[in-house]
Amino acid sequence: MQFGGVVALNNLTMRIDPGEIVALIGPNGAGKTTAFNAITGVYPPTNGFVELEGKIIQQGFPKGKMKRLYAGENAGKYTKSLSLTPDRITKKGVARTFQNIRLFKNLTVFENVLIAHHTNMKAGVFQAAFGMNRKEEEDMRKRSWELLEMVDLSDVGLEKADNLPYGKQRHLEIARALATKPRLLLLDEPAAGMNPQETQEMGDFIRDIRERFSLTILIIEHHMNLVMDISDRIYVLDFGRQIAEGTPAEIQKNPEVIAAYLGVEQ
Amino acid sequence: MNQTVWKKRYSFYLSLLVLLVALGLLFWLEVNKSNYGMAVSVIQKSLVFSVVAVSMNLLNGFTGMFSLGQAGFMAIGAYTTAILTIPLSRVDGVYYMKGVAPWLKGVKTTLSVLPEPLLIVFALLIGGMIAGIFAFFIGIPVLRLKSDYLAIATLGFSEIVRAVISSPQLDRVTNGSYGLKNIPGFGVTQAGGVLPVGAGSLLIPFFFALTTIAFIVLVINSSYGRAFKAIREDEVAAEAMGINLLKHKQLAFVISSVITAMAGGMLAMYMRSIEARAFSVTLTYDILLIVVIGGLGSVSGSVLGAFVVTFAKDWFLRFFDSPLVIGGFQVPFLRMGFRMVVFSILLMIVVLFYRRGLMGSSEFSWKGIFRWIRRKKEGVETTKGEMIDYPDPPPAKPAPLIPDPPGAPQEGGRDER
Repeated sequence: MQFGGVVALNNLTMRIDPGEIVALIGPNGAGKTTAFNAITGVYPPTNGFVELEGKIIQQGFPKGKMKRLYAGENAGKYTKSLSLTPDRITKKGVARTFQNIRLFKNLTVFENVLIAHHTNMKAGVFQAAFGMNRKEEEDMRKRSWELLEMVDLSDVGLEKADNLPYGKQRHLEIARALATKPRLLLLDEPAAGMNPQETQEMGDFIRDIRERFSLTILIIEHHMNLVMDISDRIYVLDFGRQIAEGTPAEIQKNPEVIAAYLGVEQ
Repeated sequence: MNQTVWKKRYSFYLSLLVLLVALGLLFWLEVNKSNYGMAVSVIQKSLVFSVVAVSMNLLNGFTGMFSLGQAGFMAIGAYTTAILTIPLSRVDGVYYMKGVAPWLKGVKTTLSVLPEPLLIVFALLIGGMIAGIFAFFIGIPVLRLKSDYLAIATLGFSEIVRAVISSPQLDRVTNGSYGLKNIPGFGVTQAGGVLPVGAGSLLIPFFFALTTIAFIVLVINSSYGRAFKAIREDEVAAEAMGINLLKHKQLAFVISSVITAMAGGMLAMYMRSIEARAFSVTLTYDILLIVVIGGLGSVSGSVLGAFVVTFAKDWFLRFFDSPLVIGGFQVPFLRMGFRMVVFSILLMIVVLFYRRGLMGSSEFSWKGIFRWIRRKKEGVETTKGEMIDYPDPPPAKPAPLIPDPPGAPQEGGRDER
């Protein structure tokens, strides 16, 4: 992923199997959120591709790259540029939360979650306006309350989202992302600003929703105990390059990772 | 605590009552038209402007798109309606300079088989349709622009429409800069003796306003309306939640422009003669004023704003225009034009004290009034904040996704609030 002269992501290759919880870690500025943005279509990738369940959902092909690089039966598949807008990516089953919480501030908590159901609604404008989709609407509302119940926010359902304390806002963001019925969930620092106990609860919650919704989860985090606790595998980024990959145990012992985070001993 | 619970049906019956009273009042005014010409005229104008205000609010207040193109769409609607509804007998008199274009005369002759009311409705709808088509196509490049640039682009469109309409090339269709006259008014002209001439001059715009505003309210309360609000709050987040920005912005833009154009047609019928000059940017600003005073994001605010502003400008403040002599001493300041000074002062007062408009972003609700009265009576400390119109209260605690073990306490259903 290249922005002008700055290479934000250099040869990042990740593979996530269904049902896994994979963590992407690295010092600040390493390019983790950029990776999320590239996957979800906020920035079309300049070079590389994203494949979801066998189908390409994003692909960047710099000018001049020879097409004969990929020969054989898959030739056409990897040589066409494709960049989908974030809403199309979400429709394909990838949902995300934001590092610096982007809730619909002036709307109620309930509405925040309800809006996320809109994308899967089948009714058109006129049908919706004239109330012909009553069943769909009821289902959407019911499911929204259920989701709120699950993140423990049903008692503040009618509060303005802006009025919630920080921790609850994070929960709301996750509930909202879940409402879009994703297969892959991208969580950007879900435990940011939380104390150890809350972090522990967040870890349990993430494992819980993976079971309940059969999700695959990719998580960016700085709380190492949370990362080591729940991840199946970890990728480590530093200055846009991938410096390590492996299980939590392997990563903890990896000297390059330690150097990146703690600095090299002189 | 002995608190009465506000049931939904109280609101329904109250609204019905108000509607009937309003209808009765309008009916009475119609019958006594001759004595209350001024009132009738101001009410008609208010009704037309409330429709435009609501549709502008849909775009600016609910979807957050800063669009200044209303005058252009109104012009499209006004001219289409005028061109199609000027009676065939008067056409040549109107197009006195160059004569009307033959194909247009042909179209009008074919259309003259329709009875007049039907012709008018047809003309309004065609005007709306044309505006919608324009909106759809301009939307494609323009709606990707961010707020200020969108404002400039739509402003430009509005001026282009006006220039095209007054261009000499279109003289034989739009009568260029000479304007169109002899546009039929709201009242029926030929009713075969069943209704008096001029009947319906209040009720017709009233029903027009009722239906168009009702449609917009239905859209706003639907899932699409929520999507619009999401776009207003945070575009990036809305997109991440699967809301296609271009499609939804276009939807809001097209709906708004269709309704604005139809209101433009109604304005033509109100003014009876129109010229392109009337549809300059100033008209857009007038409507923006109404929307802001009423409250961005409040439909009832827009309607209220339309009535308040129109009544103030055209009626109440007339008092300030005529010189007044008290006991031989002429009161200073009172002369033609002074009412605009007073109007401006009132405007500043509203903006200072009702920073978010008269209604803010909340809607009128009987329940809200009921609570306000109760709060005043009980002297409870209130925070001055928005009244969020409460949606359906949470249902009785939904069946948990993982069932409770048997023996857990059951919770009863909650009362309707």
